[in-house]
Amino acid sequence: MFPELNNLLNTTPEGAEQEKLTLLCDAKTDGSFLVHHFLSFYLKANCKVCFVALVQSFSHYNMVGQKLGVSLTTARERGQLVVLEGLKSAVDIFFRPQEEPHPLQFLREANAGDLQPLYAFVRDALEPVDCGEAAWRCPVLLVDDLSVLLSLGVGPVAVLDFVHYCRATVCREWKGNVVALVHDSGDAEDEESDVLLNGLSHQSHLILRAEGLATGFCKDVHGQLRILWRRPLQPTTPRDRSLTYQYKIQDKSVSFFAKGMSPAVL
Amino acid sequence: MAAAGTCGTGTRSTGSMVAAASTNNVTSFQRRGPRASGADSGCSRLVSIAGTRPSVRNGQLLVSTGLPALDQLLGGGLAVGTVLLIEEDKYNIYSPLLFKYFLAEGIVSGHAVLVASAKEDPADILQKLPAPLIDDSYKKECDEDVCSHKMEPDIKMKIAWRYQLLPKMEAGPVSSSRFGHYYDISKRIPQELIETSKWHGFFLPEKISSAFNVESCSLTPGYMKLLQFIQNIIYKEGFDGSNPQKKQKNILRIGIQNLGSPLWGDDICCTENCDTSHSLTKFLYILRGLLRTSLSACIITMPTHLIQNKAVIARVTNLSDTVVGLESFIGSEKETNPLYKDYHGLIHIRQIPRLNNLIYDISDVKDLAFKLKKKLFTIESTSSRAHGRSSCGTMLRYPTAGHVESSQTRDQTLIPCISRQIRYRWTTREIPEYIFNYISGQV
Repeated sequence: MFPELNNLLNTTPEGAEQEKLTLLCDAKTDGSFLVHHFLSFYLKANCKVCFVALVQSFSHYNMVGQKLGVSLTTARERGQLVVLEGLKSAVDIFFRPQEEPHPLQFLREANAGDLQPLYAFVRDALEPVDCGEAAWRCPVLLVDDLSVLLSLGVGPVAVLDFVHYCRATVCREWKGNVVALVHDSGDAEDEESDVLLNGLSHQSHLILRAEGLATGFCKDVHGQLRILWRRPLQPTTPRDRSLTYQYKIQDKSVSFFAKGMSPAVL
Repeated sequence: MAAAGTCGTGTRSTGSMVAAASTNNVTSFQRRGPRASGADSGCSRLVSIAGTRPSVRNGQLLVSTGLPALDQLLGGGLAVGTVLLIEEDKYNIYSPLLFKYFLAEGIVSGHAVLVASAKEDPADILQKLPAPLIDDSYKKECDEDVCSHKMEPDIKMKIAWRYQLLPKMEAGPVSSSRFGHYYDISKRIPQELIETSKWHGFFLPEKISSAFNVESCSLTPGYMKLLQFIQNIIYKEGFDGSNPQKKQKNILRIGIQNLGSPLWGDDICCTENCDTSHSLTKFLYILRGLLRTSLSACIITMPTHLIQNKAVIARVTNLSDTVVGLESFIGSEKETNPLYKDYHGLIHIRQIPRLNNLIYDISDVKDLAFKLKKKLFTIESTSSRAHGRSSCGTMLRYPTAGHVESSQTRDQTLIPCISRQIRYRWTTREIPEYIFNYISGQV
């Protein structure tokens, strides 16, 4: 986790909020550093995490996690982390058809499938065990990323249904959190992606949007992060507070600064 | 590094941890060097595979793309387990060259090669690969090209000192390097190299039988067959570590030509809303899954300029690791632009993956152009050509043929530009004497 981002979001691993849907979104840049942040954040906060990793292999996240101070292999062995490796499972289900329902069953279907088996997987992974042996703080579902599901033939409505089911179970019933990454296609006119993004934006409590700079590539400022808080709990607080920062990604951390205040410029 | 990784699983599976002995547990992304657990101290001698080298930044295993200049732009090479997507230029003239360089590099380095095409027989493609250059024959070519090249690159530059600060693009062969070779396009690869190499070919018209027994899966039959073929080769030849007895590890280089074109049975290039719109993206996803769990690297050329639906191009880019786009000047208005006079097209590095890291190796050089000389394909930066890092802030004028106006000012930053122009435009007899003295350093 990046301490500077924690300060901006006003959270700490000890005092992490619950029942929240956080939407991570990137436009014209790579927002995967936010996924690494939340993954290490919730592991440090002693939460039980179900990580649906559809984009990269497990060892990639593990390597970056080690730089950020968490060991994913240890967490997996302890039972704190359950990972669904999308790439490996896709190969398994595609070439060796299996009888029992697989979370990525929709890959074998010709028509746009639904994500019911995936939801069942998440539910089984995060179900709170009543004997209270480990006493993890709260269940967290982390998805990287939902736009890949659109590329694999699942319709945007099915993805929205999946997120809705997960929210109902994880957030409302089990008082946990859901974090998901979606790519914004920008001017690529991807209607399905727009439907998904708009639908999720309306449901989420916190939106972090990483954008590339409008002026193009810059060595010292890698992009701009917009943070938008929605759904304030007290009705008296003003709605939809938003902040914008620029960031630079380094080897082990990300530094944030106000717009135009990059250390390289000052 | 993949080598350390596979060696590691070998020692682990024979050890006590039977639970972790799943033979499919090989990924290409394992770090070289001392592990935190210390369990792999027995694997300190790395099994190195010919034609590969570890990345400086993250210990990733890299292979060469066949073009050392492109390797440099991609951060040292192409990572094993990733996909390099080449967006074809409009008339598909230059992208087959990159394809051939990749395959030729595989054959010369001794890797296994898998060629898939719907247009040409893979055996024919392999016959037309360029021949590798040996060091001394390349030097002879270099001297013939440049007629009055006086300045050696390693001599400290007295006049054009600003050019010394610019990043050098690799223009000559590194002596006796096993990583990255130079090729002569005008010659064919020697027959014996092809015969001694291990190659597999997938020619779509042969593999597709007339009776389509298509499973209920939304991949087009061509892609389905190709995936099964690739998976078969990876499994049989043990590139995914499923055969631990094999001592000699090797890399599988996969080359897929014109993916997405109608010849593969996909109409994504023909219509905007097609029925099989997810076929290509599913194929790429599963291909990447196969690559991540094996020691292979893949190059795909795709005619993205024909794809009507822009959303698909964005998805394809997101599903590939490294994306390089070629834009040729033929038929476009850039052909007459004086800035691009000596080049044949632009090369855009659209995406570089972040592997095992938050950051990636991106080169600072942005305006890249390529040129196809008689025997070589070179990549250069146009901005260094134009004005260097001149601090005078004025736009330099290009001397048109016969004009000597810019030389009159004797501005130090203008002279290097002229000296390059002179090489291509005037013979030594016509150069006014004072300029000649400048260049030859006699002033």
